[in-house]
Amino acid sequence: MKTIMKYVVADLIRNKVIVVYAIILAVLSFSVLSIDENPAKGLLSLLNVTLLFVPLISILFATIYYFNSIEFIELLLAQPVRRNKVLLAEYAGLTISLSLAYLLGVGLPVMIISPNLAAITLLMSGFLLTLIFTAIALLIFVLFKDKTKGIGAAIAAAMFFTLLFDGLLLIFIYSFNEYPIDKAVLGITAFNPVDLARILMLLQLDVAVLMGYSGALFKKFLGTGTGSVYVVICMLFWVLLPLMLSVRVFRKKDL
Amino acid sequence: MPRLIITILFIFFAYNGNTKTIVVRADKANAIKNALAYCTDGDTVSIEKGLYKEQDILVSKRITILGKDYPVIDGVKKGQLIVVVRDSVIISGLQLQNTGRSSMTDMAAIRLQNVKSVSVTNNKLVNNTYGVYLQNSHYCLVYKNTIRADAKDELNSGNGIHAWKSTHLLLQSNNISGHRDGIYFEFVTDSRIINNTSTENIRYGLHFMFSHKDVYSRNSFINNGSGVAVMYSKQVEMYYNTFRHNWGDASYAILLKEIADSKIEHNLFDKNTVGIYMEGTSRIQVLYNEFVENGWAMRVQSSCDNNVFEKNNFLSNSFDVATNGTMMLNTFNNNYWDKYDGYDLDKNKVGDVPYYPVSMYSVVTERVPTAMILYRSFLTDIMNRVEKVMPSIVPDKLKDDNPLMKSLKLR
Repeated sequence: MKTIMKYVVADLIRNKVIVVYAIILAVLSFSVLSIDENPAKGLLSLLNVTLLFVPLISILFATIYYFNSIEFIELLLAQPVRRNKVLLAEYAGLTISLSLAYLLGVGLPVMIISPNLAAITLLMSGFLLTLIFTAIALLIFVLFKDKTKGIGAAIAAAMFFTLLFDGLLLIFIYSFNEYPIDKAVLGITAFNPVDLARILMLLQLDVAVLMGYSGALFKKFLGTGTGSVYVVICMLFWVLLPLMLSVRVFRKKDL
Repeated sequence: MPRLIITILFIFFAYNGNTKTIVVRADKANAIKNALAYCTDGDTVSIEKGLYKEQDILVSKRITILGKDYPVIDGVKKGQLIVVVRDSVIISGLQLQNTGRSSMTDMAAIRLQNVKSVSVTNNKLVNNTYGVYLQNSHYCLVYKNTIRADAKDELNSGNGIHAWKSTHLLLQSNNISGHRDGIYFEFVTDSRIINNTSTENIRYGLHFMFSHKDVYSRNSFINNGSGVAVMYSKQVEMYYNTFRHNWGDASYAILLKEIADSKIEHNLFDKNTVGIYMEGTSRIQVLYNEFVENGWAMRVQSSCDNNVFEKNNFLSNSFDVATNGTMMLNTFNNNYWDKYDGYDLDKNKVGDVPYYPVSMYSVVTERVPTAMILYRSFLTDIMNRVEKVMPSIVPDKLKDDNPLMKSLKLR
């Protein structure tokens, strides 16, 4: 498994897309952080970048990469190696390189310019988002046979989580406004990793607002360490569930 | 003329010669009460260091009570400690602790009852229901006292300094914490509250109602349950105060309700859930204040009219202004808003396009508080952008026509 991982990482670095991704992130972070005097504001802009681009790029790039390496996977499977090992090694190699790119690209500038707890939280949420969306890409890869359909599904998934989900949630909140829906809303956000990442970060930056008017529940629950732990655990579930599902599907898949 | 001076001096010495100093030691029970029974107007009662377990000490003579090295008067949770019913009494240098608790009377460590010109200085008040209680008193001074308690709930606790139906008070340099309200004023007029620190009180740092013509300056209100509440008063002036870290779902740095003709100037509002909350206020001038890192810098309800907000700094607030309607009868002018993204073509340091401080999302959360969970998501960003291009739900009359390009130097 290690050998396969090594090959995947080496292949990705030779591919240079990952390197370009890291450089773009680094330039972006440096400029955003140095323009504004207030580092918290810069972190907020970086949060927006993370929440929008990391899921999109991770899922698209991963899906394309999986579909492109289908011959490599088939070749490997001709050898006496177990299917799930090959699949997990592919996933691990890809996440390692993508999250390295993210951590270097955003992490270095952030740690140089404003190293604090909020910055670490930002890196953490970006890292978890990378893990989650490459896992979802893996699921898409094992579910679809056709590459075009797969990429379409990846775009749809990214759009769903970054935009559509929040829209639906807003409609839900508006229409059930009269009812005590605070708890329900908290529960629903667990179904969207992007929202989870945003809340994790907001707890570090805009506590005043979350603690405000919007109900004692958010404050009581999210304002504490338990809230952060809950969010992280939910996100870890978002990594594990797609991975387990795709391993299960791939084991029986007719290649 | 020299004869007159000599006469005056003679009178003074003669008078001074009649007064005496009584030293009280903690060797007998009721030592202080016995001493007070013995003394006459103009005497000084000097209390030596020690523990005095006495309650309801009635001061009915014009005397000075001085403590040496903070003698402790302990009420052992029964009754009040000192009740002053005579003018011109001075109480200084005592440690007063453990008053009783009662739902019938407000148990106070020092109660001033219908008196004038009493001063309470340099005392330590520990664990009392009420600290200093001024009742129908005038021209009194409360200076440099440390007032501490650890109240758990609003029902079983009292206020640090409680003033009722009084005039011309001066409250200066006191340090109050852990009471229900730090400073409580009801029907108190023409008074000054200067340089006090009121922290970690379970309800309000400062609470006043029906108290006109009062001045509050250079006080700090930090980490109180609900900040400061100001209600039903006129001609109140607040200068150079600091309101910090008043956080919670019903927490305001200042809550203004039915206030008129007042001034709020040069104050700092730092890290509060809501900086200023206004309801039914008229003709207030809010000038030269700094709002930093608040959830909402201001919530101006549409029942407010003719208030003026000028030359304030709004820095790093999550929301600058929120309101609950579309009507706006107040003036915003010449403020610095860090969220302003207009331009200044003629370089006169004033932005050329108006700034609308109410964001679309703050209108949404005003209607549906739960929507706060979507704060700073991509979707709400898009909604805010669209609203900026085509305003439809944001109150268009609430705007700053001359926003400043650079922040003001206020401190």
